[in-house]
Amino acid sequence: MEKTVNQKAWFLVLPVLLLVAFSAVIPLMTVVNYSVQDTFGNNQFFWAGLEWFEEMLASERMWDALGRQLLFSLIILAIEVPLGIFVALNMPKSGFWSSLCLVLMSLPLLIPWNVVGTIWQIFGRVDIGLLGYTLDALGINYNYTQDTLAAWITIVVMDVWHWTSLVALLAFAGLKSIPDAYYQAAKIDQASRWKVFRYIELPKMAGVLMIAVLLRFMDSFMIYTEPFVVTGGGPGNATTMLSIDLVKMALGQFDLGPAAAFSLMYFLVILLVSWVFYTVMTTLEKRET
Amino acid sequence: MADTSVNRSTTRGMRLPKVNSRAVVMTLYLMFLLLPIYWLLNMSLKTNTEILNSFTLWPRDLTFANYATILSDPAWYMGYVNSLIYVVMNTVISLAVALPAAYAFSRYHFMGDKHLFFWLLTNRMAPPAVFALPFFQLYSSVGLFDTHIAVALAHCLFNVPLAVWILEGFMRGVPKEIDETAYIDGYGFGRFFVKIFMPLIASGIGVAAFFCFMFSWVELLLSRTLTTVDAKPISAIMTRTQGASGIDWGVLAAAGILTIVPGALVIYFVRNYIAKGFALGRV
Repeated sequence: MEKTVNQKAWFLVLPVLLLVAFSAVIPLMTVVNYSVQDTFGNNQFFWAGLEWFEEMLASERMWDALGRQLLFSLIILAIEVPLGIFVALNMPKSGFWSSLCLVLMSLPLLIPWNVVGTIWQIFGRVDIGLLGYTLDALGINYNYTQDTLAAWITIVVMDVWHWTSLVALLAFAGLKSIPDAYYQAAKIDQASRWKVFRYIELPKMAGVLMIAVLLRFMDSFMIYTEPFVVTGGGPGNATTMLSIDLVKMALGQFDLGPAAAFSLMYFLVILLVSWVFYTVMTTLEKRET
Repeated sequence: MADTSVNRSTTRGMRLPKVNSRAVVMTLYLMFLLLPIYWLLNMSLKTNTEILNSFTLWPRDLTFANYATILSDPAWYMGYVNSLIYVVMNTVISLAVALPAAYAFSRYHFMGDKHLFFWLLTNRMAPPAVFALPFFQLYSSVGLFDTHIAVALAHCLFNVPLAVWILEGFMRGVPKEIDETAYIDGYGFGRFFVKIFMPLIASGIGVAAFFCFMFSWVELLLSRTLTTVDAKPISAIMTRTQGASGIDWGVLAAAGILTIVPGALVIYFVRNYIAKGFALGRV
């Protein structure tokens, strides 16, 4: 659609601007403020410069958390994206069954995150959970509160359970936008199933898949509630993701300076990656139109 | 590449089970999704003795006592009321400010519009963990700590950008000629927007409202940090089912099931738009 230039449109945007400024800019400035100051209590603050940033960059704790976080995000992306596409390809295209699938698949997305944690915490317990009990009966030693590998598998499976439907729903929306004529042309050319996927379906889904990857990256990178409920970051620090570590530092130990420096770097990493995705996304959009 | 006859025979051999394989894949996937939820439901209908002492696939001793506990104890059900209050407040605020802004983004070019649009999205990317402490201090200093409005405003951080993006996506689909005709007919902006434009994007408003509702409903970290007693959400109350005698599993499960209900009730109405909503209006 052709847009007209109208500077008065700023007035329409103003309420959003004020509200978001109040709920985002002020808190963010507080964080910036803390990150360059030191305090000895009594609300007395001293200029500390970049000291906290240097300390955080040198701290093994942050790098370890970052490493775990990256590993987690990569694993769930590597599972959820292909699985989501696969499920979308197998979904009924229209009618009652399609609606039923859409509704049932959306269910995990609407469950409060701590309840998601609770569900899997219960489900994986050896004494009362179906999964834990079954694994135990099969003779597999599974205990997510003590075994690092079991804890990781539990939170990865939980995330796959929670969010694969999102990828599938987006991919499905992309698939539905493909005109029938494309498939008929492919049939006339006797294209194989793989080629139909590779040259018709995948390019048409590229845009929505980009969004799916962006969302999944962002959200998995700030995951807090679900692993916190299930493992509490343990055993040891094995599943302590960036957010869990940050909350521990800021609200638990009240180390304001380091926590603030940590926050800013954390936010910047997400911004940077998301900006790259966003740029790719908008260029893809432009090329299509 | 391969011999065509071989190709054809394999496709013919594949054809019959192919119809079924779709159903098998979907059944398996849906089972994977529904089993954990079923297990929670199953537990919520059992007594604690049955949960702990015997392993049963369905409740042998069907009881609604766990639900009765929650629905009769103010300490429990006020959690749902608190959650609902701030979620509704948040939805109303988000939509009220997002509607005009989305209209501006979908219709006009103005100075810095693209930067502003991306900046809004960055707030959706902000980890709540980063904001937990500053929010706590901000709302304490203005005397809003432990009120519903504090949580509602805090959730605006990610819901306002979301609402703007979704609504903008829907508004782009409305032809501009409608606006122009209305202005020629003598409608002012306010009257045009409420009487003509809003009914046209009613489904978009519904979807945006649904998503604001949902994301505010599922969030725990901020709502827990900003409340202690008066505005404490159900999700925070749930984390404290551990009593002296261990965890009350039945009540915990029942509380969990009750938090799923609101989403499950309305999901049917937005099923065709849910992908669009999650994609921030970009599908």
